[in-house]
Amino acid sequence: MSKGKYGIHGGQYIPETLMNALNELEKAYCYYKSDKDFNVELETLFNEYAGRPSRLYFAKNMTEKLGGAKIYLKREDLNHTGSHKINNVLGQTLLAKKMGKKRIIAETGAGQHGVAAATAAALLGLECEIFMGEEDTQRQALNVFRMKLLGAKVHPVKSGTKTLKDAVSETMREWTRRVEDTLYVLGSVMGPHPFPEIVRDLQSVIGKEIRRQLFEKEQKLPDVVIACVGGGSNAMGTFYDFIDDKNVALIGCEAAGKGIDTPETAASIATGRIGIFHGMKSYFCQTKNGQIAPVYSISAGLDYPGIGPEHSHLHDIKRVQYIPVTDDEAVEAFEFLSRTEGIIPAIESAHAVYHAVKIAPKMKKDEIIVVTLSGRGDKDVAMIARHKGVDINE
Amino acid sequence: MNKISEIFKNKKCLITYLTAGDPSLDKTEEFVVALAKSGADLIEIGIPFSDPVAEGEVIQNAMARALSKNINLDDIFNMASTVKKKISVPLVFMTYLNPLLTYGYDKFFKKCKETGIEAVIVPDMPFEEQREIKEFTDKYGITIITLIAPTSDERIEKLARQAEGFIYLVSSLGVTGVRSEISTDIGAIVSKIKKITDVPVAVGFGISTGKQAKDMAKSAGGVIIGSAIVKIIAEHKENAAPKIAEFVSSVKREIKS
Repeated sequence: MSKGKYGIHGGQYIPETLMNALNELEKAYCYYKSDKDFNVELETLFNEYAGRPSRLYFAKNMTEKLGGAKIYLKREDLNHTGSHKINNVLGQTLLAKKMGKKRIIAETGAGQHGVAAATAAALLGLECEIFMGEEDTQRQALNVFRMKLLGAKVHPVKSGTKTLKDAVSETMREWTRRVEDTLYVLGSVMGPHPFPEIVRDLQSVIGKEIRRQLFEKEQKLPDVVIACVGGGSNAMGTFYDFIDDKNVALIGCEAAGKGIDTPETAASIATGRIGIFHGMKSYFCQTKNGQIAPVYSISAGLDYPGIGPEHSHLHDIKRVQYIPVTDDEAVEAFEFLSRTEGIIPAIESAHAVYHAVKIAPKMKKDEIIVVTLSGRGDKDVAMIARHKGVDINE
Repeated sequence: MNKISEIFKNKKCLITYLTAGDPSLDKTEEFVVALAKSGADLIEIGIPFSDPVAEGEVIQNAMARALSKNINLDDIFNMASTVKKKISVPLVFMTYLNPLLTYGYDKFFKKCKETGIEAVIVPDMPFEEQREIKEFTDKYGITIITLIAPTSDERIEKLARQAEGFIYLVSSLGVTGVRSEISTDIGAIVSKIKKITDVPVAVGFGISTGKQAKDMAKSAGGVIIGSAIVKIIAEHKENAAPKIAEFVSSVKREIKS
């Protein structure tokens, strides 16, 4: 019987060679997620190593400037390695170690997940190999070197469109080649069961902290919670704890690229159809013949043709609203936050910031918006400069 | 007895694979005829997919070449139905789920039946997800080929018990592609399967020479050769037919001997 379903989405659409590996992972995860020692160890890593809990920062300047709802920023950008990705990799790499694996493999787009995985592997003493689209290795040469510095081996992926989706395919292929001593540390709430569940659980620390921190500051729940969505791990982690609180509006911002009426987009909910790819049933950008479409976004981290299955379900049942945000809008928010608060957000996170800027003025002053800043924007500075026609050397 | 199982009666079977539309559908038709005439007992036609996660480089590239010609499923059905008139060897489709989901499962399997396609091999659909298409394969009498891998271990029993047609035994870890050596203990897995079912076993993944085919066919009922043929097509393109025929006849001679 099919496992890991979220409504009609999810499942395990994966070659037979990997089925036992997924079963083994599921079994191990079921055991360790309620194991006291594992949880103490993970929490210590979260707090002492990654710098959790991350701050919930009241963005006073932004709030005053927009003149509406109070805006809080969940500062995942302040985590070690600079994004929410560390939450997931510490959990999965620790799990790999407990399972007796000696090697982890991972895909990466912009390099955030790759750097995080290489970091966790260095810390916990496991071998690490990263698969990254050849195109992305050129766009993000600094991150390639960073991963190598951390002891990881980086494989440029030359197949297909040479970007994130091909990196995922190639990591899956590598896992079928060498499955016994290796765990695939998937970077988002996607792929076959149990990955969407494991990654969501590990990232759900974000939403739990938001609830607690906001209660300390405001003694109430937020009215609106916003996060950016590619595969959707920071959004799933942000939303998960609020799903049952029906008065909290949840909004995911997906990458519209040059616009959802153009082919240069990566908005899976706005432009995609139900499909089966990378081990899951979910919404995918695809051609009329069911080929996976080449996608585009200024943000390498959102440049993926699909979205995690639980997001697809939350869209179907209308619990989360998914909104496309274009490159230009994201760049506008990137600059706005930099100037207004002195915080340079990741271009991914800037998609979420844009929507907050848009809706805050229309809301009441006693209403609260929380935006998750999934990562910091240092990695994007050179690219933003290019986008604006400024020629700088990285 | 299942029609496909019948071809394994009293002989070692040679199953061959090629990708539809590489380098063109007309050529695929010609190559299928060449395969049949040179001794293939069953022909697997691959439906190209943009992101075939179970394939190695050789078949990935073949699928990319085919897709660059903008062929679609209707074109492939037309080709298959023309070629069916010229040969009697059973045809099966190898396909990923997404193109079928988009085309419509009911329509796809109905057309399989009308065209005379006997079975489907779906690398991204493990046993647990068969419900995805089972209703339609049952309705139109199309067989789902079961894959068993070197990592299947305790799953073998449940997989073999419901298998029909033939069992596709994956020889090695990893994806499709030519291998110089196959280290899996195929004999041991085959005998485990034989204790559970009479459905014949064919071994695939990595087989590229007559000698490998002969070794594999010792314990199994047949072998599947894909990438080695696709490589010949990649090299000789439009003129590949005689080269394919030469290769297939030589392998066939080896496994018979």
